Formats: sequence, C-alpha cells, structure tokens
Amino acid sequence: MNRFAALLDRLAFEPRRNAKIALIADFFRNTPDPERGYALAAMTGGLVFPQAKAGLIRQLIAERTDPVLFALSYDYVGDLSETVALLWPARAFSPEESFAAPSLSGVIETLATAHKSALPKHLAGWLDALDETGRWALLKLITGALRIGVSARLAKTAVAQLGGLEPDAIEQVWHGLLPPYEDLFAWVEGHGPMPEARDPAPFRPPMLAHAIEDGDFARLDPADFTAEWKWDGIRIQAASGIDAAGKRITRLYSRTGEEISNAFPDLLDALGFDGAIDGELLILREGRVQSFNVLQQRLNRKQVSAKLIADFPALIRAYDLLIDGADDLRPLPFAERRARLEARLAEHRSAKLGLSALIPFGTWEELAAARADPASAGAEGDAEAVEGCMIKRRDSPYLPGRPKGLWYKWKRDPRVIDAVLMYAQRGHGKRSSFYSDFTFGVWRNEGGTEGLVPVGKAYFGFTDEELAALDRFVRKHTIDRHGPVRVVEANAEAGLVLEVAFEGLNRSTRHKSGVAMRFPRISRIRWDKPAREADRLETLERMLASAEVTSPA
Amino acid sequence: MKPADLLFPRPEGLYCPAGGFFIDPVRPVERALITHGHADHARAGHGAVLATRKTLAIMAVRYGDSFAGSRQEAVLGERLPINNVTVSFHPAGHVLGSAQIAVEAGGTRIVVSGDYKRASDPTCQPFEIVPCDVFVSEATFGLPIFRHPDAGREVARLLASQALFPERAHLVGAYALGKAQRIVRLIRQAGYDRPIHVHGAMEKLMAFYSSEGVSLGEIVPVRATDRARLKGEIILCPPGSLQDLWSRKFPDPVTAFASGWMQTRARARQRGVELPLIVSDHADWPDLCRTIRETGCSELWVTHGQEDALVHWAATQGIRARPLHLVGYGDDGEAEPVSGEQAA
Ligand SMILES: [Zn+2]
Ligand SMILES: [Zn+2]
Repeated sequence: MNRFAALLDRLAFEPRRNAKIALIADFFRNTPDPERGYALAAMTGGLVFPQAKAGLIRQLIAERTDPVLFALSYDYVGDLSETVALLWPARAFSPEESFAAPSLSGVIETLATAHKSALPKHLAGWLDALDETGRWALLKLITGALRIGVSARLAKTAVAQLGGLEPDAIEQVWHGLLPPYEDLFAWVEGHGPMPEARDPAPFRPPMLAHAIEDGDFARLDPADFTAEWKWDGIRIQAASGIDAAGKRITRLYSRTGEEISNAFPDLLDALGFDGAIDGELLILREGRVQSFNVLQQRLNRKQVSAKLIADFPALIRAYDLLIDGADDLRPLPFAERRARLEARLAEHRSAKLGLSALIPFGTWEELAAARADPASAGAEGDAEAVEGCMIKRRDSPYLPGRPKGLWYKWKRDPRVIDAVLMYAQRGHGKRSSFYSDFTFGVWRNEGGTEGLVPVGKAYFGFTDEELAALDRFVRKHTIDRHGPVRVVEANAEAGLVLEVAFEGLNRSTRHKSGVAMRFPRISRIRWDKPAREADRLETLERMLASAEVTSPA
Repeated sequence: MKPADLLFPRPEGLYCPAGGFFIDPVRPVERALITHGHADHARAGHGAVLATRKTLAIMAVRYGDSFAGSRQEAVLGERLPINNVTVSFHPAGHVLGSAQIAVEAGGTRIVVSGDYKRASDPTCQPFEIVPCDVFVSEATFGLPIFRHPDAGREVARLLASQALFPERAHLVGAYALGKAQRIVRLIRQAGYDRPIHVHGAMEKLMAFYSSEGVSLGEIVPVRATDRARLKGEIILCPPGSLQDLWSRKFPDPVTAFASGWMQTRARARQRGVELPLIVSDHADWPDLCRTIRETGCSELWVTHGQEDALVHWAATQGIRARPLHLVGYGDDGEAEPVSGEQAA
C-alpha cells in the first residue's frame, strides 16, 4: 500500500501526461501481482467501498486527538482525509504484534469480506501501520475521493507501455478481464497468452476534433465538408454484441472509456443490433432536447430510480457508426459511414436512438448564419441544446485521438459580462486553503436604491497566481463573515470587477436576480476597472430575451 | 526579577532594559544580539552587534563588511555580563552559526531560542537544551499535523525521480542560507558525486559554507548560456526563481521545493511544485513539544508562527503560555508563500 500511495502522491503533483504514464508504468514494472492489478483497478474506477464513511473516520480521529488541536488542524488543512493522515498518532507496536503495512490487496479483500462492525478495528490497524502518504491514500481510496488526474485510458496506456503495445490493444481485451488482471500483465509482459477478447461490446477510443480558427476557413473548401450540430450533452459510445452464452451485451461508455451503463439502464435496450455508435447522450422532454442543465440534474443523482428515468428520459443522437455487424467501418470515409448509419437507423427504429441531423450549407457564411441561429436552421425546438457546429471532412476515416485537418468544432461565442465580487468561500481538496469559490453580482436599481444583486458563482477560470491574488484580495477586504462565507467589500467606490464568461442563461425563480448562468467562469480579473462601471442586470435580461427569440421557451 | 520586566516586546523586537539591548530587532537599534543570519532576524544598520563568529561572517557576506557600527563575537557556552544581566549563546541547530540566547538576572533565566530544530543536520551544530524559567519559542510549524519526515528520505525521493527521468533537469527550490547547503550535504551522503549546479544568488553562501569546513563537493554556478544543456542535472535555486523566467530555459524541468510547508498538499500545489520535498529548518510539532518540556520551563512565550495550538497544548501540560505577537519574522524562506494569515 505504501508504494501505491507514493505513486498516487506523485501523480497528484505531475501535470504532464507522458510523465504520468512513465510513473505508472514504472510502478507496474516494479510491483508484483496481485498488488499492481488492484492498483490498476483503483485507477480505472473498478473498486467501490460502500461501507466506509467520513463519519467513521471522524470518530476514529476524535478518539485519538485533542478536539481543539484537531479543529485548528482541520481548519488549516481543509481536507478531512489529509488532516487525519497527518494527525494520526504514531503507535508503538509490541514485539508480538504485526505492524507490517497492509498491502492494497489485503485492504481490498478485507473490505470486501469483513463485517461492518469490524471495520473500525481494521481501519485503525491499517492507519497505525501506514506512513502519512499511505494513510492519505487509504482514506482517499475508501471514501471514493481519489482524484489524481488519471483517467482509465491513461492507466491502460501505461499497461500497454510495459509491453510496447498500443493502448487500443488493451481496450480490445479489457472488458473480459477482472481485477487483479494477472492474465493481462502476463500477456503484456510476454509470458502469457493474449486474454481472449470475450467482451462483445468493447470500448473503442473516440475521434476528437480541433477548435476551428478564423484563418482555417480561407483554406478549407466547404464542398469537402459536412456539418452537424454540436450538442451540449455528453459524448458517449454505445456498443452491443452477443456474448459466448448467446446473451446480448450492451454497454455505454464515456469519452474516456469509463463505463456508464449503470447510470443509464433506460438506454441499454435502444441498441438492439451488433455494432458501436458514436453519439451524444441528451435528455428529451415533450419532444424537445433539454439543455445541459437538465442533464446535469440526472447526472448528479447517485441512485437511478424509475422516477428519475421518467423525469429525465435519455436518448442518444447518433452521429457515427464505428462497427456494423461484423464490419469495422472505421477505415471508411465519413460519408460512407454516415450512409451506413442512416440505413441502420432506418431499419432499427427506436425512440431512444435518433440520427443527429446534418446542417445544409453551401458556403462558410451560410454555416455561420446557421450557427448563429440554430432554431431557424433546422434545430428548431432543440436549439437550446446546441452549442455550435461540428465540421467533418467527407473523406475522413475514424481515427482515434485528435488527428489534424479532419474534424473541427466551431463553438458559439461564450458570453461575457463584468461583475463585482461579493462573497467568497474556501474551496475543497487541493484548494482548501484558498478562497476559491466566488459569488459575483451586477448592479440594479431596486426601489430607487442602487445595489448589487448576485447572479452567479464561479470556481474556475483563473490561474494559480490569479487564485493567490484573489485569495489575498478576499482576506484583505473581508467586511463580515457568515460561517465559512466571507463578505467582501463591494460598493460603487471599492470593489473588484471580474470579467465572467458563461455558456448560457436561464430564467430562474431560485435566484434573486431571476437569471441563472451556465458554466460561469472568471475569464479576466479587472483590477483596473472601477466597480461602478460593472454591468447591470438589464444587460443580462437583454441577453436572455435575445436568446429566447432564437429558441422560443 | 519578574520575567516580563527582564524581557518584553517592543516594536523594534524583544527588549532587555536591564541590559540595554534588543534580540533580533527588525529595525536598526543601538545594541542588538542576533540569533542567526536569516534576513528576518539579522538586519543591517545596528550600532553594535553581538553574535556568534559564523553569524557575524554570514552578515558580512550578505550585507557587506560595514553591516553594523561595531561587532563583538559571542563564544558558544561562555557567560558574558552586559550591564546588569548575563547573557550566553548556545547552539540552536537551525543553520550554520545559529544560537539560542540565554538572558539571566536576579535568579531568573529566559532562553530566546530564535529559530531552531532538533532534526539532524550535517551542516550545523546540534541544538542544546538550556534549562530555564521562561522558554521563548517560535511556532512556525506549531500544529500537530507537522511531523517532518527524515530529510534523507526526502532527498532519496529526489534522486529516485532523477533516475526515472534522466532527460529532465531537476530544479530544487531551497533557501540560500542553510537549506541549500543541507540539501547538498544530504545528496552527497546518498552517494551522489556529480557536480551540483546552483543559481548565481547562492554562490557566495555555498563558498562560505565550504570555507567553514562543510564539504559540498563540486558546486557549479549556472550561467545563462548552459541552461539548455543541463539535462538530467540537479540545480538548486532560490524558491522564487522556480516560477520566474529563469527556470523556463531548462530542458523539461521537474520542479522540486524543499520546505516544511510541503507537508500539506494544498500548499505544494499552490506553488506549482511537482516534487514537494518536506525538509524543514524548523522544529516540527513533536520537537516543539519535546523541547519545551525538556527545558523544564514554567512559562512559555511564543514569538511567531501558529501560536494558538502551541499555547493550548502548553496549558494542557500545566505550563503558562502566551503569544508575544512579534511582527516581522517568518520571511526566511519557510514563510507561507501566499496566505496572509500565517505569514508574518
Ligand atoms: Zn531562520
Ligand atoms: Zn525566522
């Protein structure tokens, strides 16, 4: 466990993708089975520990520390697992006691089999025997908060690197395998047979697009391209096939290859044919595709109940067909794949699986007009869920990764306003020692009095240096506190202006201002701008009204 | 004599009226006793300075020969009368030349520890316990979460990273006085004998440590032209240089930072560090508590740092404790990089 913990600790600080892969591969190379296999399972999201709760951890630390010292420490560190890892007292072991640090496999096996009542004793014993990094990793792992910037794909890439393989080779066999993946490592390292690709519905790495630049249009001939809407949902891959027992297996994957089938059981029977579809997962209500806001509400729920499914009915808008029956279509040009997709969906009708329409256009100007007004250009009632256009070369094969010159995305311009910082709250995890959650407002006149009304909250958009500067500003200009929230000086004379970019606006009865922003982020800190010159609520209302013209509510 | 009459805080620093001197004053004064050479404790421009020979030499390296009107050398362990009090200097284990200062009068002894640590450090003399009535302690790492690991283990992590990424330069941010030399010694003790490259700002103090018999091996100053060629090398620089333009010319650098603050992940992240090395010049929590107990003091005064927790702990041990709220200390490279609350 200590070795795995040291790896996680190092990964948490390493921003470079290649360096992460090198660190993980080095760990796999130097760690025996089954330990490395469980580590792979932990990194690919294959482990769940339902019993371990923050409450238990708090109780264990309360039994061992002075409450005042704990409170001061927790306030300083900000993260419970890390505070406990740092504070956990060293214990002297008697000679007859075992004090060997637990292995990851030992922890996993015990958690899977032990009775709930035995959990406190096991956990305390492990924390006694581990070092600080080990304790931190253990607590993060069992509370499901292991955020180390490693995707399943990245971990599999590291496995591939052990044997000089392509990551796709791992994907091909992955879904037939189970932790601790001894057969996989044996094959990759050249002393075992290739695991049988038993999975009839494997993940295939997706093809990604580049953001189009203004200068690109001059070089590109519109006749070489097709265009379709860029949906504001989640990109998914749906794969289906018949397993050895003759049973149909259908799986849904996220863009990074995490399986999300359990979250969308209502979609699994939509794909009743052997194949793999690339498409967008969206919510459809009363015949209209909903904004990401609505989809977000379904994604936020842990329990997928019948009511949730009924309230948030999901569907797939398909835009590509990768596998059709026994045929791998990926080497074919897009135009041919598109024809096969249309034929396939015409034959296999399902309310939950539809075609993502093409946008007719002859010139880039025409496409620009469609992008500016999707409702009039065919998206109609679904326009609210359109965030731009996708532009694809007619002759492009389906290549994993982000190949140049084939696919482009052309997002609608994010909207921007100048707002005034009003409240700040400490962040979580890595940012726990900073004021990093910012509530901002705009001016409005209420009953003859000019005042700020909050219109949103932003957590990101700034660099680390800017965060440090914002944190300093908040600490220096606090005029009041309400629990964890600091009220920051904000009036016409003194206040900090934040340029806030956002993706969309909604009317909201929950907000005092009557508007809610989608994806607000701080695009610039306007140290130079006087607070009185920030935007007014009327500006947002105008934006909202013009959005409602293009997508009637 | 009541301890609070013998020594008390004034805006300039801790003042001893019976002796007519300040300890580590933050503004120019007539007569100053200096615990060690870090800039927040040793400032230029005093009338007369009393400090250990090494501290005086460090001040001369940093501020030039005319850093004070006159200077006097304090010999460790020797008792020296000044007006109506007796003072003596004792090793503090913090950096080369660092000392605690004991002040005695009328049967009362107060020990001002300055900055100190108990962990082993091959570049300076180890801390010595001086029994006293009042112990004046810093609290830079005065929270029980601070338990600094063995510094050798941290340096082993640096060398392991260098072995894993032999094509990347390893930039180590470390304060120029004390921390940098300790890191170099630890690297040498781990058996690494290739040249170690240092930022220009560190050259003088490296040479000074060498002249004092701390063997640092081959130290090579980094010249602007060779940065691109330092693939796989270890380069030490002041912490501030990790983020500035200077660091960008190195080949795909791994940035490390050696500081006690690296113990919490949020702070390491905030510095943009990829390889946080927990190496501290200050006592960690267990060592603060142990030291206070071992002095046998009945009263504890806390100078700077996280005083709340230490004052609370002392009360649970039956030791009267109070914070002195001294300002101006803590910017010696261990200081909090951003958050205004802990930095002095
Ligand atoms: Zn110091
Ligand atoms: Zn200091």
